[in-house]
Amino acid sequence: MSKITIPVRKFDAVIVGAGGAGLRAAIQLSEAGLKTAVLSKVFPTRSHTVAAQGGVSASLGNSEEDHWHWHMYDTVKGSDWLGDQDAIEYMCRKAPEAVVELEHFGMPFDRTDEGKIYQRPFGGHMSNFGEKPVRRACAAADRTGHAMLHALYQRNVRANTQFFVEWMALDLIRDAEGQVLGVIALEMETGDVVAFHAKATIFATGGAGRIYYSSTNAFINTGDGLGMAARAGIALEDMEFWQFHPTGVAGAGVLITEGVRGEGGILRNSDNERFMERYAPNAKDLASRDVVSRAMVTEINEGRGCGPHKDFVLLDITHLDPATIMKRLPGIREISIQFAGIDPIKAPIPVVPTCHYQMGGIPTNYHGQAVNPDGSTVKGFYAAGECACASVHGANRLGTNSLLDLLVFGKSSGDSVVEAIKADPKDLKELPADFAERTLARLNRLNTQKGGASVNETRLEMQRTMQKHCGVFRFKDMLVEGVSKICDIEKAVHLTEIGDKSQTWNTARVEALELDNLIEVAKSTMVSAEARKESRGAHVRDDAPDTAANPNGRDDEIWLKHSLWHREGNRLSYKPVNLKPLSVETIALKTRAY
Amino acid sequence: MEAGAELNRLRWRCTRRAMLEMDILLGSFLDKHYAGLTPEQAAVFVALADMEDLELWPLITGKRECENSVQAEVVTMLRNVKVK
Ligand SMILES: Cc1cc2nc3c(=O)[nH]c(=O)nc-3n(C[C@H](O)[C@H](O)[C@H](O)COP(=O)(O)OP(=O)(O)OC[C@H]3O[C@@H](n4cnc5c(N)ncnc54)[C@H](O)[C@@H]3O)c2cc1C
Repeated sequence: MSKITIPVRKFDAVIVGAGGAGLRAAIQLSEAGLKTAVLSKVFPTRSHTVAAQGGVSASLGNSEEDHWHWHMYDTVKGSDWLGDQDAIEYMCRKAPEAVVELEHFGMPFDRTDEGKIYQRPFGGHMSNFGEKPVRRACAAADRTGHAMLHALYQRNVRANTQFFVEWMALDLIRDAEGQVLGVIALEMETGDVVAFHAKATIFATGGAGRIYYSSTNAFINTGDGLGMAARAGIALEDMEFWQFHPTGVAGAGVLITEGVRGEGGILRNSDNERFMERYAPNAKDLASRDVVSRAMVTEINEGRGCGPHKDFVLLDITHLDPATIMKRLPGIREISIQFAGIDPIKAPIPVVPTCHYQMGGIPTNYHGQAVNPDGSTVKGFYAAGECACASVHGANRLGTNSLLDLLVFGKSSGDSVVEAIKADPKDLKELPADFAERTLARLNRLNTQKGGASVNETRLEMQRTMQKHCGVFRFKDMLVEGVSKICDIEKAVHLTEIGDKSQTWNTARVEALELDNLIEVAKSTMVSAEARKESRGAHVRDDAPDTAANPNGRDDEIWLKHSLWHREGNRLSYKPVNLKPLSVETIALKTRAY
Repeated sequence: MEAGAELNRLRWRCTRRAMLEMDILLGSFLDKHYAGLTPEQAAVFVALADMEDLELWPLITGKRECENSVQAEVVTMLRNVKVK
């Protein structure tokens, strides 16, 4: 076979992703003088980090006493003890510094009268090891993510980071020894395929929430980093754990904030019953996210859903004074009118539990280095942000900890790269002769496929299957069936056909390539979920109920371990949870109750 | 650039945005209304699609005033696009 070559560009380091994690990492590299390329599917400040409004957590103690150790406790408890305690200690200790640094980069945080960073309360943030709520979330009005990205981007401009905008990375380059040597990427404007040859590669590609039919994630979250890693033989960690938000607008997925129920919103089924009274007699509609989500799904599964397909419930605020709605919830009224076609002053909003955040991902340590199943590091490969699993979120993420995650591990991954390159200043290792073969074969297949499946329909089928078989509340038989269904859908994904074969701005091709990544994430999620026969954090199974022996259905004896999904063979292995923090005592196992 | 490529680039910028709300809104608009716009309106839409989400959303919800009458026309159409 004649070898096809593609152009090669050389860098010290390449970062895939220009959201919060990628931009934070890039600052470390560029300021250290490394020749750094940052690739992004969109202009950096259009990355999904913009959507984060709630804030970023740090125990600054500006409003009242707080301590990183309390933050650590909350995070371990939130994770349902699946988080690694070394990484959690590292993140919580670094949080104040990370936030203050960001302030120095120009982030316009809200301030107290004395000029300190203002902090607000947030679900799960407690003082003194779970005693009472504490104000720990730092925000810039309701545009925290947006302001963060702008501050980080400006700092990168100053440091001369080189951006490749509207470039899509397609595959990792890995040699026979397993070392990562860069990525192959597609320039959308020209259709050119180019190798970015580098000593270090950092993935900061964000989440993959589009594997579900109902998702709060923007369309860009197709899990490209996870797909690329899986195809390169890197196992994915804890993929069964996805956080669902109880109130996404049915159909659209757009998020309706918890604040609506806080203002008196009530959830109703098709009998117009306030069903939360049965599931949580005290907290009712204000019970925690997972409790409300599961109650909603139970209502739908038992035939009390609303609409022609009986597949959603209603969030009712029609009993509130219109003046209150206009004053306290104006944004929600606009969203409901726009995306549900309903004015919530006059009629209830159709809602369903909606996929929100991915806890699992590319396994890393707290230095941001990717790790093999045996604990050794993958030479040349790093990951940070939502695509990585450090693991600080374990089985369930605490609100505002993901913006913190991307700041802390974006920086630590950058520092690790700088150190590694300083320690070993040799030239770039040579690329293997066949480094582009697999990628070019994939592109060629797409260009020549005849009689294949439609990308849109195949994606939709995958999303529906994930939603039905592996949603917020999971059932044994549905999971077993889901595994075989998703494997069938995978076959269609490998046979997708596109009508447009042009070079320039071929978005049909890009969407087909995104689907190649989504399906890897979907498979890993379904297979890992089917195998984990307990309930923990966001993974809740009907056949692992709350019992005296296993409170909340959690089974530490068997399942206190991380899942690792291997693409080759579609199989799983497991590794222990690190229960040893860096400097303090282990936060001992306990039932997670709020 | 060819017309097809131009439209695809616009499609990418309409459906790979920072916020899901905007992906849905601009994507639906592109499918349903873009072909029927006057050249002047089309140019305004392209400029709107190039704005950042947190600048565009206040225009759509009427929190910020439009710059001119053509922009106001297109924004009104955007606001009324049926996404369901
Ligand atoms: C509605 C919503 C609200 C949220 N609110 C909060 C909050 O208040 N607090 C909080 O802590 N967290 C919040 N989160 C979660 C948080 O926003 C995300 O986890 C975080 O922003 C992810 O950042 P990131 O840098 O990992 O990825 P992103 O910001 O998603 O960036 C990913 C980057 O990777 C690039 N990319 C991806 N694939 C490729 C490829 N193949 N080639 C080239 N580039 C690629 C993209 O272009 C982009 O630049 C929220 C999430 C949602 C959906």
